[in-house]
Amino acid sequence: MIKETSNKSKGKSPSGDSGADHATLSDIFNQDEPRVNWHDETLWFVRTKRDKAVNTIPEWELLRETASQIKHNVLSNLSAYLEQFEEKAIANGVQVHWAADAKEHNEIVHSILKKHSINRMVKSKSMLTEECHLNDYLSKNGVEVIDTDLGERIVQLADEPPSHIVLPCIHKKKEEIGDLFHIHLGTAAGEADPQVLTEAARQDLRSAFLTRRAALTGVNFAVAETGEIVVCTNEGNADMGVHLADVHIASMGIEKIIPERKHLGFFLRLLTRSATGQPITTYSSHFKKPRPGQEMHIILVDNGRSRQLGREDFRNSLKCIRCGACMNTCPVYRRSGGHSYHYAISGPIGAILAPNLDMKKYADLPFASTLCGSCSNVCPVKIDIHDQLYKWRQVLVKEGHVSPVKAAGMKGMAWMFSFPALFNIAGKSGRWFMKYFPFMVSNKLNPWYKEREMPAPPKESFREWYARREKNNRK
Amino acid sequence: MRVGLFIPCYVDQFYPNAAIATLQLLEKFGVDVVFPKKQTCCGQPMANSGFSHLSSECDELFVENFSEFDYIVCPSGSCVLHIKDHLHSAKSPDKAKAIRKKVFELVEFLTDILEIKELKAKFPFKVGIHQSCHGQRGLKLSQMSELVAPKFSKPETLLKMVDGLELINLTRVDECCGFGGTFCVAEEAVSSKMGKDRVADHIQNGAEYITGADLSCLMHMEGILKRQKSNVKVIHIAEILNADPNP
Amino acid sequence: MSSRDKILAAVRASQPQLTELPQVNIPQSFDDLALRFTTVATAIGGKVYEINAIEEIKEIISGQFGEAPRIISSFSELGDIAEIDIQTSDPHALENVDLAILKAELGVAENAALWVPEENTMQRVLPFITQHLALVVSKNSLVPAMHQAYEIIGDRDYGYSAFIAGPSKTADIEQSLVLGAHGPRSMTVFILN
Repeated sequence: MIKETSNKSKGKSPSGDSGADHATLSDIFNQDEPRVNWHDETLWFVRTKRDKAVNTIPEWELLRETASQIKHNVLSNLSAYLEQFEEKAIANGVQVHWAADAKEHNEIVHSILKKHSINRMVKSKSMLTEECHLNDYLSKNGVEVIDTDLGERIVQLADEPPSHIVLPCIHKKKEEIGDLFHIHLGTAAGEADPQVLTEAARQDLRSAFLTRRAALTGVNFAVAETGEIVVCTNEGNADMGVHLADVHIASMGIEKIIPERKHLGFFLRLLTRSATGQPITTYSSHFKKPRPGQEMHIILVDNGRSRQLGREDFRNSLKCIRCGACMNTCPVYRRSGGHSYHYAISGPIGAILAPNLDMKKYADLPFASTLCGSCSNVCPVKIDIHDQLYKWRQVLVKEGHVSPVKAAGMKGMAWMFSFPALFNIAGKSGRWFMKYFPFMVSNKLNPWYKEREMPAPPKESFREWYARREKNNRK
Repeated sequence: MRVGLFIPCYVDQFYPNAAIATLQLLEKFGVDVVFPKKQTCCGQPMANSGFSHLSSECDELFVENFSEFDYIVCPSGSCVLHIKDHLHSAKSPDKAKAIRKKVFELVEFLTDILEIKELKAKFPFKVGIHQSCHGQRGLKLSQMSELVAPKFSKPETLLKMVDGLELINLTRVDECCGFGGTFCVAEEAVSSKMGKDRVADHIQNGAEYITGADLSCLMHMEGILKRQKSNVKVIHIAEILNADPNP
Repeated sequence: MSSRDKILAAVRASQPQLTELPQVNIPQSFDDLALRFTTVATAIGGKVYEINAIEEIKEIISGQFGEAPRIISSFSELGDIAEIDIQTSDPHALENVDLAILKAELGVAENAALWVPEENTMQRVLPFITQHLALVVSKNSLVPAMHQAYEIIGDRDYGYSAFIAGPSKTADIEQSLVLGAHGPRSMTVFILN
């Protein structure tokens, strides 16, 4: 039987609207170093599985480049593809809705459910509904939602948002999941075997699938040519939900369009190898028409995407196919956890998507990176993620979203570096570094000094040595 | 061939030996090297913090200092990448463009321009290479582990010419050390943790020295090593390549 | 202005200059497809048998799926062990199916995915709700990679179809792989010579 399904507000969650920035949340995450090591190793393991998988495909880089170009064509012709998709979907017997923002999306979902007097629904993985805070909205309107992806179900029971777009509960240890299941699903106290816990969830969710009349799914790809949508899962939860329900609602961002069915060949080859190192997900389900007697709805959601499309430097972020590879490879993500990004989509890709929605709230995210560039290299559609992080920094500073203290320091430094004579005098006295490179001061207030020693100042700088040598040569 | 020696500000101040080794090494190979004394900084610390609009004076100064040379060589991949990608000049756009093409990081200058095939140096230690991100992923000093492409490593090619040197293998060949400019203080917790993990990989695999083509990363790891009171040292690759062949 | 028109207008105003779709032919090696398929299928948790006739399936599966399992199959040759017709259109009635034995149209060697078009599912939910799934694919329907699969699928019309690769699985708990998440606990593939 279904127990408490926890549709409570997510305000208390680690990444709720506490207002804390990435650095602060990372600092908290890093207070438990063994746990950071475990988190890092777990995600690195996924990265190595990805490496192993892609190295079996000699044409891998050609696939990436082609997929990136296909997506570029999509962005350049998106309005026409959307109209084509809508026309085909309607001809397939699907009801198509358009939502300008999260609020409208949530209202559409609710209105469909209301029409059928449905107040309980199953939902498979959809990051878009996380972005729109659909569960909260429906809960407030008396609709119970059960997330059916195991990882999402776990974070739902824990009253937390997912910390990773592909591995929603990757931040949780099996013992913690065991405790949750003991409370909510009645498993034995202390039971932490993944096999046993998964079986318990299977039994529990099976009864949900069998009793819910509506199923909401995300969309991985929507084919303009045919009006069909493709949903990829390993668990089979999207199909279990949809095929047993009277109403299928599919929510998709408008950027999920691909032009032709044959292009799925490229994206399905790239998606799961990048995500988990599997050659393909267990299920790649092509939904084109509702089954007889069933209703199928597709909601096309903008929610800032058309605005991002208009930002030349950032529009490529809309190519994202949500594989999560950039998170698994990101040395910062692995050591700060997904919740430190305080946005539905975490990691490097989240950091270039979020500021489009709210520059002030997410001004910290593009700075949560060393710009190492590994994200761009694993991206299956070759989004220039780290370059966009750099570019967002310039935009955020110009728009005034960076603290005035930092701005003042930077201005002083820029001014200093533009006067060679001053630089020399300051450098000789050794003071300018202390003043303008904040990490160069050895005291307990200096973040550098917390775990790192300062470089030992040498007897003479290079330019002093060079001047001395010149003088000696002249003699 | 006249080469302008571009020594990043923090190298000048804190790691003069790396700069001296760079100069001497280039001179050993018969290059006419000049250090323009009016140089300051490439402007990267500002730009990476989102203040690229403030670095135009730095840019103009850089153009003034370096446009006369055939090549500009620098023992820091990160600073070179910044110049290559972001140097602009309102006064002399053509000169800036030319500089972007003729600025080289030391290792790539040795392998690609001077085409060094052998050198006389002895360094009888176990050495781990730190692949700095900007040098590796930006300048392509070595192949990136994410790509399905043939492997190569320019620093490794050079280090293999050094007598007595034993290269160690790392568990994660090209993970970032966590320095990241102002990231190292703005995101202290993650930055330190990344540094500790990077150092641990070298230590576990038996390194006595950690070397690389970017002193900012080495400075970061040195800070960690010293705090841990480790015997493992960092050393810029120029100092190894310029090491005494008969110590 | 409706949201539809607003969104389309905003997209039209924002989209960059039109770029062409790439025309790329991905080279594929045509080595031993059945061997490659079998290797991958096994690696992702499936079992593969080569058979010469559908009837051979009976002996292979005998005893594997418990005593007196409820089996549904679209193969009339299996009429003595399986229901070969689903009497009701209510998908919930399939809740207690132990094994479904269905026909796949295509098998993809690179990832062991099998293309199951709607008409082969008997009911859309069947390949998912069944405790165990077996798919039969003829050896000459194996293709090297997804590109060839979509070439064959072409612009065929269907209401629903799926690629299925291996048993249902999850690794959501600490990356520990568990077979049998919500769908079938096992996947058996019969390659028909």
